[in-house]
Amino acid sequence: MTQGRFVEALLDPKQPVPPGILMPDGTPASRRFNVYRNNVIVSLIDALGDGFPVVRKLVGDAFFRAMARGFAVTNLPSTPLIFRYGDRFPTYIDNYPTSGMVPYLGDVARLEWAHREALHAADAQPCSMDRISDCRDNLLSSLRFEFLPSVRIVQSDFPVLTIWQVNSDSTPSSDRIRMEREDVLLGRPEMDVAMRRLRPGEYCFLEPLLAGETLGTAAERAAKIDGFDLVATLTGLFESRLIHDIRLDGDVK
Amino acid sequence: MSNTTIRNAAIATAVASALAAYAAPVAAQENEKCYGVSLAGENDCAAGPGTTCAGTSTVDYQGNAWTLVPAGTCMDIELPAQADGTPRMGSLKELERDLPA
Repeated sequence: MTQGRFVEALLDPKQPVPPGILMPDGTPASRRFNVYRNNVIVSLIDALGDGFPVVRKLVGDAFFRAMARGFAVTNLPSTPLIFRYGDRFPTYIDNYPTSGMVPYLGDVARLEWAHREALHAADAQPCSMDRISDCRDNLLSSLRFEFLPSVRIVQSDFPVLTIWQVNSDSTPSSDRIRMEREDVLLGRPEMDVAMRRLRPGEYCFLEPLLAGETLGTAAERAAKIDGFDLVATLTGLFESRLIHDIRLDGDVK
Repeated sequence: MSNTTIRNAAIATAVASALAAYAAPVAAQENEKCYGVSLAGENDCAAGPGTTCAGTSTVDYQGNAWTLVPAGTCMDIELPAQADGTPRMGSLKELERDLPA
């Protein structure tokens, strides 16, 4: 029996027990195999529930488990490290038939995934900003930034960070949530993941910067966005403690 | 003046203002991992929420389980002595004592 056939039978209860899975008396061990089937799927659903607690809270346990089951049978873990399981879950939620009723659900899942990635990313030290003060004016726009391995940005048309905060038990709030877009910057300078809402245009500024483009290129792209404030954005960046290294073009690394 | 020169000047001005405005972040209360001080089931976890090791220590003061404490306080935490009278102390490294059987 191949592993592929075993997995097929594992995920589809309508299929017979794979050959060779036998009771002590030599008959197919169908009830025992069903217990095994159940344990595999339930453990994956539980792992998704642990990994996406806010999504689970937003739609309730019954809906969540049904959705997670659908995901689990078509997306098996690709690594034995279960904390890496679920990277495709946000996209699955976007395409889930009834999630149109909760249009922000996929983005909340994306934020929870980014949070988990930031948590598990390698530790690294933030660097001092002295390097920038020492830099000659005409070279500033050629600066490139290397961010901590934990840094992520999430873009959303919905108030995804506020939804996350209100539904995480830390700070319940009775304020009404304003339906406006929220982009989020995440990173982990020490032990805890920090999340901050981005200002207008800041996503367009950080995206090229994270991709290794120069400060000049990033500032030019973001300048096209209404309300972009370069000084405020730079101040926030310098204060973020999310920069690991600063380099000038031509620096050998 | 070329476009590049204008761009450089604009960025230099903005960087200067930002450097003047930003307060060098004071590291918030620094924490460190302290081994061998947590009560059974109350340990923190390297992997954090969403995983299953937090709260899984099974004996009090388990030597390989840790709790985040303010930096510099790990060794000062008062702990009862071990059964054979040896004093217990927290440690920044994993300990061999009080491991689950």
